[in-house]
Amino acid sequence: MLMIRPRMASGTQEKQYTPSLLSFFIYNPKFGPREGEEEKKILFYHPIEIEKNEKIRNVGLCEAIVQFTRTFCPTKPAKSLHTQKNRQVFHEPEENYWMVMVVRNPMVEKPNKDGKPPTVEYQEDEIIDSVYGSVLKQCYSMYKLFNGTFSRAFDAGGVELLIQKLEKFFYRYLQTLHLQSCDLLDVFGGIAFFPLDKMTYLKIQSFVNRVEESLSLVKYTAFLYNDQLIWSGLEQEDMRILFKYLTTSLFPRHTEPELAGRDSPLRPELTGNLLHYGRFLTGPANLKDPDAKFRFPRIFVNTEDSYEELHLIVYKAMSAAVCFMVNAAVDLSREFCEQLDSLVGPQLTLLASDICEQYNINRRISGPEKEPQFKFIYFNHMNLAEKSTIHMRKTTSVSLTSVHPDLMKILGDINCDFARVDEDEEIIVKAMTDYWVVGKKSDQRELYVILNQKNANLIEVNEEVKRLCATQFNNIFFLD
Amino acid sequence: MNMSDDYYLELSENPVQFENASSVNNVFFDEANKQVFAVRSGGATGVVVKGPDDKSSVAFRMEDKGEVKCIKFSLGNKILAVQRTLKSVDFKNFIPDYPHLEFSHECKTKNASILGFCWTNWNEVVFITDQGIEFYQVLPDKRTLKLLKSQNINVNWYVYCPETAVLLLSTTVQGNVLQPFAFKTATMSKMTKFEIELPVVPKPAKLSLSERDIAVATIYDQLYVMYLKHHSRTTNSPGAEVTLYHLPREGTCKKTHVLKLNTTGKFALNVVDNLVVVHHQSSQTSLIFDIKLRESEGPVSAHQPVLPARSINPCKIPLTDSSSWSVFQPDIIISASEGYLWYLQVKLQPTLNLLQDKGKLMDFLLRRRDCKMVILSVCSQMLVGANKGNLSVVATVFDKLNQVYKEYLDAEQAYTTAMESGPSRSSMSYKRPVRTQAVIDQSDMYTHVLSEFTERKGVNHKFIIAVLMEYIRSLNQFQISVQHYLYELVIKTLVQHNLFYMLHQFLQYHVLSDSKPLACLLLSLESTYPASHQLSLDMLKRLSTANDEIVEVLLSKQQVLGALRFIRSVGGHDNISARKFLDASRQTSDTMLFYTIFRFFEQRNMRLRGNPVFNQGEHCEEHVAYFKQVFGESALMKPATV
Repeated sequence: MLMIRPRMASGTQEKQYTPSLLSFFIYNPKFGPREGEEEKKILFYHPIEIEKNEKIRNVGLCEAIVQFTRTFCPTKPAKSLHTQKNRQVFHEPEENYWMVMVVRNPMVEKPNKDGKPPTVEYQEDEIIDSVYGSVLKQCYSMYKLFNGTFSRAFDAGGVELLIQKLEKFFYRYLQTLHLQSCDLLDVFGGIAFFPLDKMTYLKIQSFVNRVEESLSLVKYTAFLYNDQLIWSGLEQEDMRILFKYLTTSLFPRHTEPELAGRDSPLRPELTGNLLHYGRFLTGPANLKDPDAKFRFPRIFVNTEDSYEELHLIVYKAMSAAVCFMVNAAVDLSREFCEQLDSLVGPQLTLLASDICEQYNINRRISGPEKEPQFKFIYFNHMNLAEKSTIHMRKTTSVSLTSVHPDLMKILGDINCDFARVDEDEEIIVKAMTDYWVVGKKSDQRELYVILNQKNANLIEVNEEVKRLCATQFNNIFFLD
Repeated sequence: MNMSDDYYLELSENPVQFENASSVNNVFFDEANKQVFAVRSGGATGVVVKGPDDKSSVAFRMEDKGEVKCIKFSLGNKILAVQRTLKSVDFKNFIPDYPHLEFSHECKTKNASILGFCWTNWNEVVFITDQGIEFYQVLPDKRTLKLLKSQNINVNWYVYCPETAVLLLSTTVQGNVLQPFAFKTATMSKMTKFEIELPVVPKPAKLSLSERDIAVATIYDQLYVMYLKHHSRTTNSPGAEVTLYHLPREGTCKKTHVLKLNTTGKFALNVVDNLVVVHHQSSQTSLIFDIKLRESEGPVSAHQPVLPARSINPCKIPLTDSSSWSVFQPDIIISASEGYLWYLQVKLQPTLNLLQDKGKLMDFLLRRRDCKMVILSVCSQMLVGANKGNLSVVATVFDKLNQVYKEYLDAEQAYTTAMESGPSRSSMSYKRPVRTQAVIDQSDMYTHVLSEFTERKGVNHKFIIAVLMEYIRSLNQFQISVQHYLYELVIKTLVQHNLFYMLHQFLQYHVLSDSKPLACLLLSLESTYPASHQLSLDMLKRLSTANDEIVEVLLSKQQVLGALRFIRSVGGHDNISARKFLDASRQTSDTMLFYTIFRFFEQRNMRLRGNPVFNQGEHCEEHVAYFKQVFGESALMKPATV
């Protein structure tokens, strides 16, 4: 199953193909150590149609490469394999469990005269290990969020259960991977935070604490506004993947019908005598429906220590979305959902309009939103805060960037350079297309700026970036 | 619970004792000076005056000139006045060096009977007769009285409020039209008269309002006339009521409050700590009302008792028959037959258990005089134990406390500003605001409630943090700047429970305001939570007064170049110590770094002094030697040769 899409038809009949997923498999060498039992190692293989022996061969090759490279550095075996046609990425998320993703390199197809088959030119340097390495890790984190760890499934139901879970999850999930639009943001896997004044933030704190007190079943709460995080009761790593799920999967699924005008959510609910706009994004679509199901997705958090399984209740009023997480051992009833709806709905509606109002006031104070001259990506490793003026709003299908992929590639390369050393660094690149690309790393923060100033020299570019830092990042310690 | 804990009213510990009333001993009480007069045998065998304190006690003899109807000292015990007949009042100087002989003054209106008299000043007295009032100045040296003013009006009876020097006269046949007069040194002003609404209008008209049912008192700095409206079958009220008429200095008197007694019988009124206390004789219990606890809107607000009816704490009372007690305004109870004068007091501690609604309780307590410790114990109580309140109750209580706190801070601020701009500029004379006990500041909360609460065993840490955040939210809502020790408490609690990510988020949204101590605290957490290093540096940067600290932090991390770049970016590189940077770069064992730093300072020397050589005061000799040793003497920068 080859999914190759032409990216652009430039010039004559030259065709460009973006990177695409060739195969994806998960294996555990301990499950089939003896000869003739190799197939037992394979827990999941995509595409499913591949012939058994080829599967075994491919898995064997990966195993061999990892074993071989281990002899050079036992703690850091190979992470990827570069070939002319494709790139293989390895990841061992749990002991002896290996995930491998094979990506076809982007390529250009040049037509030949005289009816000869076209020449294919693979652009193996165009894709970046760190991007696909991160995508692979994200696959695991997403699996783990909804299914728990591999070893737990194995302990509970043996290989059969594990295989079943993997197939159920990855069959759907792999279809949502859009490898052609993966970039630096996938490397960061950051969280967008909603900017908010202290008082409104404290009101939200107060709201969260009171709801958790009234609904004692609720163990953790996360609060988002405009698809940006404001509060997380979950630990950082769990929030990181939950945020990814919410913003790239759950929210877009619900906003698209809204935009299309179907299922208009703007019909307020009347609880008691309080008008509110609250509704469940997971669980029952309509509380009044007598056949409504009170089933919520289950998620796994703190898998390193307490290993908790939770119901994920996502409730939204206007632009404010709240995740309530409840111990999965408890059965959630209609009564509970009704209680939650009547308690949270009116309060959240009020809070959402408060936030909106405060946000508008703050924007007015800071002056009208000037479209910044700069395109930039900012990331802070410490709190995972991420900000990008390069990326458009994400949808379920693709994440759109407003810059040329070549520039994104440069950003990725600079990031790789930064990852190699601990020191603070600054890299300035003049791109082929007259753009300037600046990467800065200060302590745990990274900033990437793309400037469109054709005739600027290095000093001017440096000055521009300094100015950007002074206006956008004046309240953090960011070395010039 | 011990039943005695339940009594919220009690009598003063040390009553004023006097000789009990008997056939030979008449007892009088003067509300103005709060003095009890025990007059034996018409004064011939002695008059003993007992006041609220020993200083105001006096004993003397006077000639028995007949039965004493009324006896009072003027303010400061200067002049004694005694009424023995319906026509005249006798005076006697108590001022040293003045003639002590009695002198008498007859009322000027012919055929009038004196109902009584009131001192309005040390030398001013008003006679109330059945035909009007006469206002006199007493001239003690001349032993005569000078009429200042008089007014003709038919008077049934009168009530005088010494605190405000307001006299109320009952006029008309039914007696329910009250005419107030206000007195102030040598002046007497007539205020607007008003009518008390009677439950039934008798036909034919007859005196229907008794002075026993009227009391005058100051409540929350406003003068009120209290009318005890007995239960009547014709009205649909289930019991007797006390109606309050607000009597302003200027303008008309209006009916403003109705206190529902929900019972019938004989009552007496006191006012203690701005609370109206209604004693019910047959049940021997008392009710209290707070007219500021509003239950209904509108021009007249109806009030239910704040607390359930209780007796006055009996263990403080010697065995007496309380049915013979006399009650005086505002807070005095006298047993003439026993010879005791008590002050009535409100005990606040029992209210904690009697008033379940914590918001209402707080409203009530915040208006009381000695409320501080009780309020603080309410706060402690609502955070732990069986009676723990939920967060919205906690929030309500905090908001109420901080509202009062904020009002005080604003008044203090306005006062300071007024003082700074000079007293002459503002025509208003500013008084320094009084800090009442109701002002509960952050240090009170910290010391008496929060620090203890956070250290308590067995309290869910989620609740602790929620409470602390609620307090901080409330302070912020009232724009009160939060003290550092509260933030410290939050951080301590979060760190104790390993909730670093929570802490991180609080800091990210600047919920914990920037300060140097906070930044230092964060720095100290770095070993357990690495991100706090970044949080601390960010905070120091925002403070913009902590550049030296930033340099120190970076140098301690061996980020010598970073420190130098930073200090240069803020323009402080001409004043930094070269030795400090050279020391730090030596410690990195990176010779190229040392070279760079060394060269930087050579250039600085060159720029500042025209010579790359370090000054002796900079103590860099050791580093110069090291530089020569590693890079050779020739690598030293040469002084510019022109």
